[in-house]
Amino acid sequence: MSADQDGPEDRLRRFATIWSRALFPVTATSLTRPEFESQLTPLAQQLRAALGERVFRAADSEAVGAALVATHCTEPEALSRTLDVVDAYLVLYCGASAADGTAAAEAGAGGREELRARCSRIQHAVAAGFARALRERTRTEQEAISRAALDARGTVAEALHASEARFRAVFHGAAIGIGIADLRGTVLEVNDALIRMFGGLEHQLRGRNVAEWTHPDDSPHVWRLYEELVRGDREHYRVEKAFYRPDGTVLWTNLTVSLLRDADGVPQYQLALMEDTTERRLLNLRLRYEATHDALTGLPNRTLFFERLEKALSAGEGARFGLCYLDLDGFKTVNDSLGHAAGDRLLVEVADRLQSCATAPGEMVARLGGDEFVALTTGPDTEHEVDELAGRIMHALATPIRVEGRELTVRGSIGIVEGPAAERGAAEVLRSADITMYRAKHAGGNRYELADPEADARAITRHGLTTALPVALERGEFFIEYQPLVHLGDGSVRGAEALVRWLHPQHGVISPDRFIPLAEHTGLIVPLGRWVLEQSVRQARAWEAGAGADPAAGPLRVNVNLSPCQLTHPGLVSDTVEILERAGLAPGSLCLEVTESALIGADDDLLKPLRRLAEMGVDIALDDFGTGYSNLANLRRLPVSVLKLDRAFTQGMQHFPADPVDLKIIEGIVSLAHSLDLAVTVEGVETGAQADQLRELGCDTAQGWYYARPGPPDRLHELALADAT
Amino acid sequence: MERPDWAPPGIDITMPSVARMYDHYLGGSHNFEVDREAARRAMEFMPGLPKIMQANRAFMRRAVRFCVDEGVSQFLDIGSGIPTFGNVHEVAQRADSAARVVYVDHDPVAVAHGRAVLEGNDQAAAAYADLRKPREILGSSEVAAQLDLERPVALLLVAILHFVEDAYDPYAAVAELRDALPPGSLIAVTHASYEGIPVPQEQADGTVGVYKDIRNPLIMRSRAEIARFFEGYDMVEPGLVPMPHWRADTELAEEDPWSFSGFAGVGRKR
Repeated sequence: MSADQDGPEDRLRRFATIWSRALFPVTATSLTRPEFESQLTPLAQQLRAALGERVFRAADSEAVGAALVATHCTEPEALSRTLDVVDAYLVLYCGASAADGTAAAEAGAGGREELRARCSRIQHAVAAGFARALRERTRTEQEAISRAALDARGTVAEALHASEARFRAVFHGAAIGIGIADLRGTVLEVNDALIRMFGGLEHQLRGRNVAEWTHPDDSPHVWRLYEELVRGDREHYRVEKAFYRPDGTVLWTNLTVSLLRDADGVPQYQLALMEDTTERRLLNLRLRYEATHDALTGLPNRTLFFERLEKALSAGEGARFGLCYLDLDGFKTVNDSLGHAAGDRLLVEVADRLQSCATAPGEMVARLGGDEFVALTTGPDTEHEVDELAGRIMHALATPIRVEGRELTVRGSIGIVEGPAAERGAAEVLRSADITMYRAKHAGGNRYELADPEADARAITRHGLTTALPVALERGEFFIEYQPLVHLGDGSVRGAEALVRWLHPQHGVISPDRFIPLAEHTGLIVPLGRWVLEQSVRQARAWEAGAGADPAAGPLRVNVNLSPCQLTHPGLVSDTVEILERAGLAPGSLCLEVTESALIGADDDLLKPLRRLAEMGVDIALDDFGTGYSNLANLRRLPVSVLKLDRAFTQGMQHFPADPVDLKIIEGIVSLAHSLDLAVTVEGVETGAQADQLRELGCDTAQGWYYARPGPPDRLHELALADAT
Repeated sequence: MERPDWAPPGIDITMPSVARMYDHYLGGSHNFEVDREAARRAMEFMPGLPKIMQANRAFMRRAVRFCVDEGVSQFLDIGSGIPTFGNVHEVAQRADSAARVVYVDHDPVAVAHGRAVLEGNDQAAAAYADLRKPREILGSSEVAAQLDLERPVALLLVAILHFVEDAYDPYAAVAELRDALPPGSLIAVTHASYEGIPVPQEQADGTVGVYKDIRNPLIMRSRAEIARFFEGYDMVEPGLVPMPHWRADTELAEEDPWSFSGFAGVGRKR
């Protein structure tokens, strides 16, 4: 054992080690134990000095106690252990060296007593110093943390204030209406937008109860959702809801209500966000109205009618319906002769009258398009009611309608369908009504007919024909019959009118009055007309070739009808020229028939192609003359060489004796025509007596069953040959 | 009604704060009776809590020194709390006088205290932000003023991640921070765990319950779960270990048994 190992410094180190081992477990220091010991070593030195000092200075030992606190020995246990260590080891390890050069050193046992007493005083002072320092530190730290809390509060309060201000700005500046209510429904807060939506008075919103805002249009689930929300069973819901404003007007909103919970998740408030959709809704209603109503008459249109019809047809067990399908008779003539504006006014008046016929609940009138109207009834006794309805409609149309100073007699054909709902679809019902209406029309019009399933099955719908038309032309389902035109003077066949027929694969031969309007409507009339022209011209050329050159009889001419559509088609002249040239037929062998109504009000642009054709030598005949509102003065400027009198004139002659007025009229027309250098052809000649009379009246040519029905081209040739012989 | 997200929470010093409880465990007086009361209740089940905190502080001290030795002298200490002594800037600036430190806490009192302590130190600052919103931390004016994110940063997450519930996805938060830091950056983590606690789990659950009561749930995670925080980092020796085992500078025999609770580790970004 060296002197060093047991020297004063070594002994001091041993004291410090013991002390640090005792304290380390109760300190909060993050130092290692050896590091901690090195912090205690200077304190141990101070203690040793205090032990050996001649005059005891309490402050030195108190400083040691304070230093302990500074090394984060703040637990009371640290003081207790320090005092224990000092008590047990300070004199033991530091007593001898401390005694060096002190009065107590030589004191022996008495000196030891002195050291013990000094040690005791040191302990008191260390304890006092520790306590004082700890108290100071505690106070300082308490003060620091309180100040920090205050500072933080200030910062948070500022931030809160700013956030509150931002929130207020959002709340009040929002374009969307915001309202807050408690869970009992009392409105607590509303923003400016919401106040504006409700008419601008805040007090009429705040304090009121949400439950007061019922509206007849509320669907039941609106209030069920509300109950669920305030009960806390639902976080939010979104509905379309109407409100009454204080002035009684209606506000429509997209309403979103959310449940607001506190930090513990307990429901506290309800938050409503409202978007004013009143305008949008009105716009939607208007758009919906426009989409479901006819712009001209204001009546419900096809779309709305189908909706209602479908609803009526799905009304369920026992329900019945009745439907009237009305088509005006001869409306086309009105349109053609008086113009579309007049036609439109007529339709408006008809619509008004129809409207007044169907005023009972469950009744409605709609315009399907053109001059087609429907009336629907879903009353309790439709069998009887639909009959009454049709009767009322016929009656309503009976009074002439005044348009542009003229009294127009309007007649209509009605097809009635009545029956139990849920048996047929809307389209099928309408088809049946359409077919039935046609039956009424074919029976002469101005009447109504009841639907008959058997007749339906045979019937041909316009829709079906329309869709079949283009294919029919491709498949060659059309053919032409020729009706001879006979010279009244000598009874010789001078030519024939080409009449197109449709050999429908299911329906057999269909007459042109069924499909020509459809072809005109779809535009198919142009290719179809060209085809007819081609065929007819070729046929005329064939007659020419077959007859050989018979200068006496002259060539057989062919008459071909031109529809208004073809008349305006830019290719009319060039097509005709090409067809004639290709077939090698002289233009003089062709007569194009144009209806009088197609030329009503015709301007020079429309007449120009006809003029050019006439200049080439093609004859132009004015067909159906006398049915329109013939402007005789107009005849002068038309490039026409033939007048074809309508069969209406000849019908009057079927009886004997003929009506002298009729005869006078025909005579007048013929004389006028001849004075204008026009030939006159009469249609519908059915008896010899008629033929004789017409001859006497000066008519030039005639056609009709008396001579021949329309037939195949060969028969005409036979007739012509027979005639020639 | 509920406060909007961008409004700070109010200060309610009648509610215990984990930052002030931490200070109390470390023998400080930066706390109020509510804090001490809660700390005492927590210690009923785990009397060694102060020793665990002490071990955390000791680990942090060693980790900071390690970082400086590795040449990283920028520190981002998230969840810094209100400790009385042995703070990062003291340790770091003693080791490297140029070291810079940003403390981050979401306890406004802790931040206010931190700012008071750091007054006059222009190389350290305290930021008010939440670990759950890493973008706020990275975008704070304090980080912008103190740290150069182009150079490696030591990210300290000491005794903080176990206060972030899975619902807030602490892994994603750590990943976002990691991704924002350049290669060579270090991350130091300590985390509470049932592993290593010298009492049965049922007893430790008593403490967990106390933290739950004060609405600062303590999430005990397994070693494997804690290791996932280091994804994308290379573990520095000796890996993820009980705190006293990490680069110990003293004899383990002298360590309190409680200090082995939980895990500590340092990782380096590749």
